Amino acid sequence: MVDKVISMQGIVKKFGQQVVLKQIDFQIPQKRIIGLIGPSGAGKSTIIKIILGMEVADSGSTTIFDAQMPDRKLLGKIGYMAQSDALYEQLTGQENLQFYADMKTLKHSKQSIQHVASVVDLTKDLDKRVSGYSGGMKRRLSLAIAMLGNNDILILDEPTVGVDPALRKKIWAELKSLRDQGKTILVTTHVMDEAQLCDDVALLLDGQIIAYDDPVSLEKAYQVDSIEEVFLKAEELDNANYSNR
Amino acid sequence: MRTIAIAKRVTKELLRDKRTLMLMFLAPILILFLMKLVFSVNATTDVKVATVNVSNSLVTQLDKTSHLTVLKYDNVSKATQAMSDKKVDAVIHSVDNDLYVNYSNIDASKTKATKSSLKMSILLNSLQQMQKNLQPLGQRIVQPKIHQKYHYGNADTNFFDKIVPILMGFFVFFFVFLISGMALLNERTSGTLNRLLATPVRRSEIVFGYMLSYGVLAILQTLLVVLFTVWMLKVEVAGSIFYVILINFVLALVALAFGILMSTFAKSEFQMMQFIPLIIVPQIFFSGIIPLDTMAKGVQAISYILPLKYAGDALSGVVMSGDGSGKILPEIGVLLLFLVVLTFLNIQGLKKYRKV
Repeated sequence: MVDKVISMQGIVKKFGQQVVLKQIDFQIPQKRIIGLIGPSGAGKSTIIKIILGMEVADSGSTTIFDAQMPDRKLLGKIGYMAQSDALYEQLTGQENLQFYADMKTLKHSKQSIQHVASVVDLTKDLDKRVSGYSGGMKRRLSLAIAMLGNNDILILDEPTVGVDPALRKKIWAELKSLRDQGKTILVTTHVMDEAQLCDDVALLLDGQIIAYDDPVSLEKAYQVDSIEEVFLKAEELDNANYSNR
Repeated sequence: MRTIAIAKRVTKELLRDKRTLMLMFLAPILILFLMKLVFSVNATTDVKVATVNVSNSLVTQLDKTSHLTVLKYDNVSKATQAMSDKKVDAVIHSVDNDLYVNYSNIDASKTKATKSSLKMSILLNSLQQMQKNLQPLGQRIVQPKIHQKYHYGNADTNFFDKIVPILMGFFVFFFVFLISGMALLNERTSGTLNRLLATPVRRSEIVFGYMLSYGVLAILQTLLVVLFTVWMLKVEVAGSIFYVILINFVLALVALAFGILMSTFAKSEFQMMQFIPLIIVPQIFFSGIIPLDTMAKGVQAISYILPLKYAGDALSGVVMSGDGSGKILPEIGVLLLFLVVLTFLNIQGLKKYRKV
């Protein structure tokens, strides 16, 4: 039984002169929903790219299930949803799902597609071309693609942007049920009340994880009563540290 | 398995993009048809020559020349005025048995035509004089009859027939290059490439999937273009049509690999278009449409790095002189070499987006 599903140690990433991630140590245990929050430009997407092996860190190591990343075959165990919808607009929803099912070489692709489509409430629209979808529908299809197959890990970059509240609730319920089945889920988000729904929250600021705990403990530690305030206070403290130096 | 799934997806997307399909299948046919109209026009130029004080016998001889009309003028200044008014293309006037010719020279081909007609006429004129002088002696000059045969083509073979095999190759190259480059670029800018690379797909499977779908498309395009040129434009293919299709198929794959490689250097569709003057236009110059042997040696060397030159040579060989597999093999070999190198670069190039 592997406790740490994803483990990042001493990760430093530079793009040219700019240091995007400085010394990231980040362990993600199994069966948890982890929220990664931080302002834009903090390095959330870079962390995800390093986990997926799209970028290689300048130093430090990333392991998934104790296997060193980047590793192509391990990607079969990860469901990924990007910030942009990244769909084939000329194809129907069904064809999009089928394509990614083929890429993952899923055995029972039909049932799998049916299942994820019903979760995101797209069953009726599967035969329409994506170019005719609304923004929310595209987002849902994108999420469905990430959930295809029996992934042990889900990495979702802003999964609920442009999704109406009822559906958001449904998506979170599904994420929780996936967690209860033993999956590990990493979510980035801007929406602070969503952070409250996570099991653990990591605050990313200036390329560093400045806090990582469950929401209640974080609120206690910062003596505030919402994650949003935790975030603001953390940012304040960070700035204060800067000026004190 | 994944390769086929990618090929299927790319093909599906293409089939649903009606504009691109039209570009691939109708545009080459339309352009070939227009080129046929433009280049099949009789290439001879009509020349008008003004003569002043030139002997009657020479004028008659000149007048007999086809595509040349003689206008007599009383004096040089009037004739020169006519030339300034662009009514005549040359003024010939005779002083003491010498001929003074003044060419308008706006159109170099007309100057050339006038020169050769004049020389011919003078020659024929003196020949006739000689014959007249010889007649009393009971002798005759026997002129040989000319029997002409054409090893390749026929009397009507013209510039269009020469460039048509090269043009076929060019269209295949150009459209496959552009459309495949755009397709991969689109995949990159829309983020689907990143998403695709977040699955366990191999980088090579993506490249081969693209090759498979565009290869099939290129075969169809070539078939259409070849059948159109053979049946509708009545261009004779001396060799086997199969070889024509084979060469175009290999060329299409090279174009595809080229397009994909170039798309990695472009950030937008517009930047992709900017490669046309850099990559496509030089290939036209060195493809054989303009005879390479007339160029300077150093310039000729450029052609050896351009795939279209090899395809053009092979296609011309098959269409014009009926080359068989033995003769086109070296050219196909070079094209395959291009293909292997470019494909390798493409698979490596995708590392930019995923490190494994």
